[in-house]
Amino acid sequence: MISRFFDLIFGRKPEEDNLFLGVFTDEDDVLEATKKCRDADFNFYDVFSPYAVHGLDRAMGLPFSKITWVTFLAGTMGCIIGFAGMTYVSWWDWPINIGGKSPFPFPAFVPVMFELTVLIGGLSTMLALFALCRIFPGKKARLLHPRVTDDRFVIAIEVDEDFDEAKCREFFEAHNVEEMKEVPSDYDALADQGGAA
Amino acid sequence: MGTVYSKLRKPLVEGDKSLHDVTHDVCHSIEGKPSQLWWLGFLGSGLVTLMFVAVIGWLLYEGVGVWGLNKTVGWGFDITNFVFWVGIGHAGTLISAVLFLFRQKWRTSINRSAEAMTLFAVVCAGLFPLIHMGRLWIGWLWVAPYPNLRGPLWVNFRSPLLWDVFAISTYLTISAVFWYIGLIPDLAAVRDRAKHWARKLFYGTLSQGWNGSVRSWNHYETAYMIFAGLATPLVFSVHTIVSFDFATSVIPGWHTTIFPPYFVAGAVFSGFGMVLTLLLITRKTMKLEQYITLSHLENMGKVIILTGSLVGLAYGTEFFIAWYSGSLYEGYAFVNRATGPFAWSYWIMVSCNVLSPQVLWFKKLRRNPMVLFIMSIFVNIGMWFERFVIIVTSLHRDYLPSSWSYYHPTLIEILTLVGSFGLFFFLFFVFVRLMPAIAFGEVKGVMKMGQAHAVKHDPKPAVATAGGAEAEVAND
Repeated sequence: MISRFFDLIFGRKPEEDNLFLGVFTDEDDVLEATKKCRDADFNFYDVFSPYAVHGLDRAMGLPFSKITWVTFLAGTMGCIIGFAGMTYVSWWDWPINIGGKSPFPFPAFVPVMFELTVLIGGLSTMLALFALCRIFPGKKARLLHPRVTDDRFVIAIEVDEDFDEAKCREFFEAHNVEEMKEVPSDYDALADQGGAA
Repeated sequence: MGTVYSKLRKPLVEGDKSLHDVTHDVCHSIEGKPSQLWWLGFLGSGLVTLMFVAVIGWLLYEGVGVWGLNKTVGWGFDITNFVFWVGIGHAGTLISAVLFLFRQKWRTSINRSAEAMTLFAVVCAGLFPLIHMGRLWIGWLWVAPYPNLRGPLWVNFRSPLLWDVFAISTYLTISAVFWYIGLIPDLAAVRDRAKHWARKLFYGTLSQGWNGSVRSWNHYETAYMIFAGLATPLVFSVHTIVSFDFATSVIPGWHTTIFPPYFVAGAVFSGFGMVLTLLLITRKTMKLEQYITLSHLENMGKVIILTGSLVGLAYGTEFFIAWYSGSLYEGYAFVNRATGPFAWSYWIMVSCNVLSPQVLWFKKLRRNPMVLFIMSIFVNIGMWFERFVIIVTSLHRDYLPSSWSYYHPTLIEILTLVGSFGLFFFLFFVFVRLMPAIAFGEVKGVMKMGQAHAVKHDPKPAVATAGGAEAEVAND
């Protein structure tokens, strides 16, 4: 339900095509195989890895994450909220003479402005990350291989009109693929095994 | 492949582990039954935490009169403990954020527990300013307007004490977020290994359905970098603002411009001392010697000798400036520190903080866990006394000799200090039982360090992976 909501907002199309999976055991293999698949213009459903493999996102042809904009805008907003709030309180609402200091002591506002920049920027980045990754508490993980969070890498290619299975098998086999299979679009490795990992 | 070692770099993880071995080694300790040693620590620190709750309850019931503070020495153990614990927290963020930005890949074995330590230290720290009011229930007035008949009497944004409220709460929040974000992929791995439904539910909820998608990793890695970028200036700002609590006052011994860098260096120094203490215990009791290797300990030792020297330099500079400024009061404050009624605490501080880290100049001693453990305890003691010296010796003799005084902590104050250690260790014991103590997702990413990508780069892979060649290079 919530997944569908995110799909509507972020416009990921409903998964229809079958998926062709290649399971690998080494990060160098999966990186090279991914590059070959991209060069052959296959459509990636996704690639799965147990840890962040350096360069795998670029090899897949993904653009740089836009999450930096969220941090920048939210951080700027935090800074402005801090500045405006303190100005309102100290200068507008009830100016009090404290030790003859100015009612608008800008340098004294800087530390709190900085802290609010970091606080609001950071919290927004966290929420944006959850939204972009479409994860939320209670979401059931759909794994394409039971050990994909442990030590297996999976390349999932959409079986559409661009897909050439023979060529794909050749790429995968050239990079020590462990297992290859075609699965339906809603395949779940854990459900397949009756939930046992 | 995987047994060909580069001659230039030593691998960060010892023992030629496979990816699965790493997951297993780390998760194993939170899946089986806890060891007797763990129960001992958990129950022991739990009892001390109960005592902590009791002494705080007594304080709130009776009022701050149960402490030994007087009109002259208005800050004693309470604020000393606060500054001490905030300082401890700094090492975690330094390891997780600053070393990340500097691409120090050895951080991966230690960052998880160092971040947890940060979180628990800041929890302990945050308690002290709250309870030192004696009236815990008015804590919300730190940020909300004071209720009165004339209208909203706002808090004073010109006061560093208020900046501190913002700094500490931001630090606690961002450290918690940074820690949690780092945990998500590892929690997903624990979830996928879980057999019991309760574990599946617990780790499943916390890992939020993470499934290792590279589309997610793309955002995740960028977000992680951003958090490191945000946390780095944050960690420097926090102890800078704590030092402003003192530096912006006009008390001799506090009113110095050296305080911000001096406090930050001291915080990193004390934090690394505590990280060493905790990790030396953790690696031994949880058998993680192949992940937290001697090289990791040596690197931490190097940070300690650097920051310890900075702290020593600051002690010297303070004395020099006190004399060079020609200010009578400033000069007296420092002579009094070293020779007055609290000289004992000053010399404990100097010997623990300046002399004890000198053993780290020797490589053999830097790689000796026992030596490091003893040294780290000295650093912990010394840095607690540094805050005590700064706070109490500056206060106890001010401008008016008629108001000079001495400060005797009461039993309640000493038990409160002990209790805060109880809470800290209690939280840490709960953490190592529930969460993977090593960020194995990140460790896996650096496993190839020091292993040549022989097949990939060698034009003739058949030769490079031949048994003979492999055995030859694997031995160095």
